Amino acid sequence: MIISNMEIIPGKRIKAHMGLVQGSTVRTKHVGRDIMASLKNIFGGELKGYTELLQDAREEAVRRMKEQAQAVGANAVINVRFSTSSVTQGAAELFAYGTAVVLE
Amino acid sequence: MYDLIVLIILLAVGYIFGRIAEARHYKSILRREQQYRNVVAVASKIPPIGEQLEASILVSGSVVISVDYFKRFLAGLRTLVGGRVVAYESLLDRARREALLRMKKEASKVGANKVFNIKLETSSISKNARGGVGSIEVLAYGTALAPVLQVRL
Repeated sequence: MIISNMEIIPGKRIKAHMGLVQGSTVRTKHVGRDIMASLKNIFGGELKGYTELLQDAREEAVRRMKEQAQAVGANAVINVRFSTSSVTQGAAELFAYGTAVVLE
Repeated sequence: MYDLIVLIILLAVGYIFGRIAEARHYKSILRREQQYRNVVAVASKIPPIGEQLEASILVSGSVVISVDYFKRFLAGLRTLVGGRVVAYESLLDRARREALLRMKKEASKVGANKVFNIKLETSSISKNARGGVGSIEVLAYGTALAPVLQVRL
């Protein structure tokens, strides 16, 4: 399955549009990471725990999007976009969406 | 009195460690920007027509980065008079460049040397009670084009 955030796939022709597919996940941090994060808020620097957490969550969102695309019989998702929103204190929703298409 | 001492200690610690961390980060950013200079990253939506057969792969890079206590204090003071908040400008600059570098790293890992349609997304993730910026996340993503024969997945 091809995942791309361009509107076309070079060298391939789009045979059919299957509509919008999406995947999302809501994640929250845990206390251990929170303590590290508050320390980092004093010292400054990268919050590696959060980076990993969000990266994992985003992969999960993409996986769900792929599953949905497979379910509708597509073999590629184009024009993929990511969006992040914080639902409540300490929890974030990671959302991926795109257009499922059938390529030749 | 104790509060004042604690505040001064936090400011000093934030100033010293924050400076060291920032200097080190900029050094590593500059080094890696040289290293990944061969990866072309552009924001144009559609690649040039008439190139060889290529595979499209979504690549992304993200970073969560936090500002130190001293800079947050400075930024807090800045809100009294308004104007440029230099303390946060460098934070955002570092985060964007780091995210782009990680994206380029991923692209070169799959054997691509160009990335199209780059999008940058910034979000502040830890909204603490005092409403400060605290830490931000920057995500950079785009479509890497790799010659079909060289794709390493």
